[in-house]
Amino acid sequence: MNYFTSNHVEERRVAEEKEEEDDEEVNDNSMEVWQKEYAEDRSWESLQEDESGLLHSIDNDAVQHAQYRRRLRNLSAATAASRIQKGLIRYLYIVIDLSRAASQNDFKPTRMAAVAKHVEAFIREFFDQNPLSHIGLVTIKDGVAQCITDLGGSPDSHIKTLMSQSGCSGDSSLQNALDLVEGYLCGIPSYGHREVLLLYSALTTCDPGDVMETIKKCKRSKIRCSVIGLSAEVFVCKHLCQETGGSYTIALNEFHFKDLLLEHAPPPPAIAEFAVGNLIKMGFPQRAAEGVVSICSCHKEAKVDGGYICPRCKARVCELPTECRICGLTLVSSPHLARSYHHLFPITPFEEVSLALLNSSRHRLTTTCFGCQQSLVPSGNRPNLRVACPKCKQHFCLDCDIYIHESLHNCPGCESLRHSQTI
Amino acid sequence: MASAPSKQYSDDVSVVMVLLDTNPFFWSGANNTTKVSFSSFLNHVISFLNSVLLLNQLNQVVVIATGYNSCDYILDSSTSESINLSLGNGKMPALCSKMLQKLEEFLIRDEQLSRENLPTGITSSLLSGSLSLALCYIQKVLRSGRLHPNPRILCLQGSPDGPEQYVAVMNAIFSAQRSMVPIDSCIVGAQHSAFLQQASYITGGVYLKPPQLDGLFQYLSTVFATDLHSRSFLQLPKPVGVDFRASCFCHKNTIDMGYICSVCLSIFCQQRKKCSTSDTKRNSIEIYNHHLLPVAASG
Repeated sequence: MNYFTSNHVEERRVAEEKEEEDDEEVNDNSMEVWQKEYAEDRSWESLQEDESGLLHSIDNDAVQHAQYRRRLRNLSAATAASRIQKGLIRYLYIVIDLSRAASQNDFKPTRMAAVAKHVEAFIREFFDQNPLSHIGLVTIKDGVAQCITDLGGSPDSHIKTLMSQSGCSGDSSLQNALDLVEGYLCGIPSYGHREVLLLYSALTTCDPGDVMETIKKCKRSKIRCSVIGLSAEVFVCKHLCQETGGSYTIALNEFHFKDLLLEHAPPPPAIAEFAVGNLIKMGFPQRAAEGVVSICSCHKEAKVDGGYICPRCKARVCELPTECRICGLTLVSSPHLARSYHHLFPITPFEEVSLALLNSSRHRLTTTCFGCQQSLVPSGNRPNLRVACPKCKQHFCLDCDIYIHESLHNCPGCESLRHSQTI
Repeated sequence: MASAPSKQYSDDVSVVMVLLDTNPFFWSGANNTTKVSFSSFLNHVISFLNSVLLLNQLNQVVVIATGYNSCDYILDSSTSESINLSLGNGKMPALCSKMLQKLEEFLIRDEQLSRENLPTGITSSLLSGSLSLALCYIQKVLRSGRLHPNPRILCLQGSPDGPEQYVAVMNAIFSAQRSMVPIDSCIVGAQHSAFLQQASYITGGVYLKPPQLDGLFQYLSTVFATDLHSRSFLQLPKPVGVDFRASCFCHKNTIDMGYICSVCLSIFCQQRKKCSTSDTKRNSIEIYNHHLLPVAASG
């Protein structure tokens, strides 16, 4: 009998699988794969007709829009910069929802794959901007939160673990995730900024207790919780972000998701309680002498060249920044500190040159972008847009504007003038 | 020169951004410290620019003058004006005459600016400005499509470093590192440049201080003319080890271990109760400038 039932179960499972396959086939048959791609992308919607009847893609507008948004953010940062206090040493847990909802394919190929791809880019960007910070990864699956990487400063180990995650199932649980992260973040030193970033696919949360209590606990522990939703706004997430001072955003599509995610890379304004400077002990290791064989403390291997020597315990580490495995001293080099300085001295946002000024005095204005020498004279139907630095009054094209504010953090015009620097 | 869309860029096509140090304070005193004058320096450089253009038909050179009071583009081989002029009187190569003309205009303007505000003993040139300009130009090259020439930066620097430019130069270095643009440096002055040692080290460029400036062209053509792909086959000068320690804000000592403020990243050599920098709200850019310079230039 036993034999029979197990067979029966097997049969049923096979039948189910067949049904599922059939379902998929029905979907596939109604539309070819290539058709599907176009149907979902709706590429024709991103075309625009100009006055001469030519078709243009409207990504131009998207660029301008993104720039506009960034400018607003800069402005708000500038007002806050009157007292430049930013959380430069951050301890961030990224919580990735791998519940059933993450297998939906409104993001291609699935939400999970799209999230993994962009989280990888985010981790690299994060460490580029915050070399003294740490990240940990947590996943929610089957209602259980699990820590997949501990807080650490090496992007590669996080990305490797993240990429090895597969499959999503079960429900999502906000409370379990917050409880777990709160437990970990409690122990970190007080100068660090505790942050949680939830990438939440589900519309529900399946909790063992009262999630509101957990939110209060997070607030007490001064953990800044931010959520990026992939489906729709959920009250409990909004409440969480409001209570803990984080931001709650909903991704409209994959590009929007990427933008929203990368907005979390620059350091957030410091919470007032932390504005008092704490002094942290750090070491500036010297490079190991050439040709000396030593055993490195991170890989436990004998290595010949390169590497750095911890000034306190003389152990060898392979790369900076890191924490010494032996004595726990934070090891940095001066460029790592320098990398964070642009957060302390943000460059002033450029102002758009008004059309009135352009029209009234076109003959006196420069015809090329000061940065890249690109022509600023409108040609054909390209809109005549340019920006000017309020300090040095040089004109720049929009591409340079974005590059200068997002990557370079120097105004070429101000840097090319001696007297503006002596002020 | 309209570039045909079918233009095939292989890995040996380069855009070389040459940053030319034209600081009058350096070159006027140059005869005492070094053995090369500005005019013979220019001779070497122009021959080098021509040889870069000769190496590949699609190569581009852009020259930016790094002055004392300003920076500007003085040559862009991709624009039409620098090409068309070759039909002129034929006495001087087009590249050369156009560039020299622009350089002269630049020097006059630079001098006028320095009359307005008298030098205060600073003799550094505006390296941060010309690096920023070069990076903006390179972004335009990188934006130009999937197939673009490989950009790199060559700094021909003679003047000493200006510590007041530290943050700006580091910002430029990190931005170059992100865009994978190597910064090569050739020092024609008497002293090593800590800025450029870091720049070349971080971005993977070549740092060279030629011992014999009479043969500058030879150094330039053997070390800096080759494209990035071919570099892997050459025995180029080894990167110098840069000491990345910092010095403390309180006593200006070089330290192995120190205390760093979590808010403003000031460095102190002793434990103290409060960070004096963020306490007194002296959070100005100047105090950061001196303390993270590499300590000793070895090599």
